[in-house]
Amino acid sequence: MELRRDPFQALADPTRRAIITLVALQAMTPGAIAENFDSSRQTISKHIQILTECELLEKEQEGREIYYLLNPQKIKEIADFIEPFRKLWDDRFNKLEAIMKQHQLKK
Amino acid sequence: MEQKTKVNAEEGKQELLITREFDLPLELLFKAYVEPEIVEQWMGTNVLKLESKNHGSYQFETKDDKGKVMFKANGVIHELVTNKIITRTFQMENTSFPVQLEYLEFEELTDQTSKLEIKIVFKSIEDRNQLMKLPFTYGLNMAHNRLQDIVKKLK
Repeated sequence: MELRRDPFQALADPTRRAIITLVALQAMTPGAIAENFDSSRQTISKHIQILTECELLEKEQEGREIYYLLNPQKIKEIADFIEPFRKLWDDRFNKLEAIMKQHQLKK
Repeated sequence: MEQKTKVNAEEGKQELLITREFDLPLELLFKAYVEPEIVEQWMGTNVLKLESKNHGSYQFETKDDKGKVMFKANGVIHELVTNKIITRTFQMENTSFPVQLEYLEFEELTDQTSKLEIKIVFKSIEDRNQLMKLPFTYGLNMAHNRLQDIVKKLK
């Protein structure tokens, strides 16, 4: 459960990033969000739940419908944070390590 | 899981520290920084020029699938001491980012492990913070492009 509440983990998934970009334009119901994807409604609903748990999305009740909208404060927190930058270098260095291990074996 | 790569950006300072321990002998780690063909592989960029010596210079370029240049950077290698030090500048072309100064220190931990410490000095604190935000912005743009592809397929 701990991992789910980590917004960076949440954003590592391309579908969830796509949901964020959709909801950034306007508040949407889960059904309207799901229509944009090939995945099942349950799958998308799970993604929405994860995004809500880590506060990237907020819920709003309007009559019988629930709308999801972006939490700009949380997004800003992450934008200011250094994790994506660290991840970029971590990926590069992992690659370097893997390549040089191969290099070593060839010799 | 412990993070192998650490990034430290102290508030109010125009510098950045990246440290990483490698499961590689020091010589191999250093080699990955001085041989153009190897740099190309792990940096994911074309190396147009890399003169790994004192007062040498380098040029990187990345193209997209259609051959359009996405990223271009260059710099001079101020000092190079084999298996120990590379001091160089780095500047992205066609951007408003000023040149930055990079101190790379390579260190042997055991005969099979090594450590790299990169200290980057920026022109201003704002420049440092701007640069660090790039991967995040890029990530969102990627998501947006992918979304556009999905939408196109639906039509």
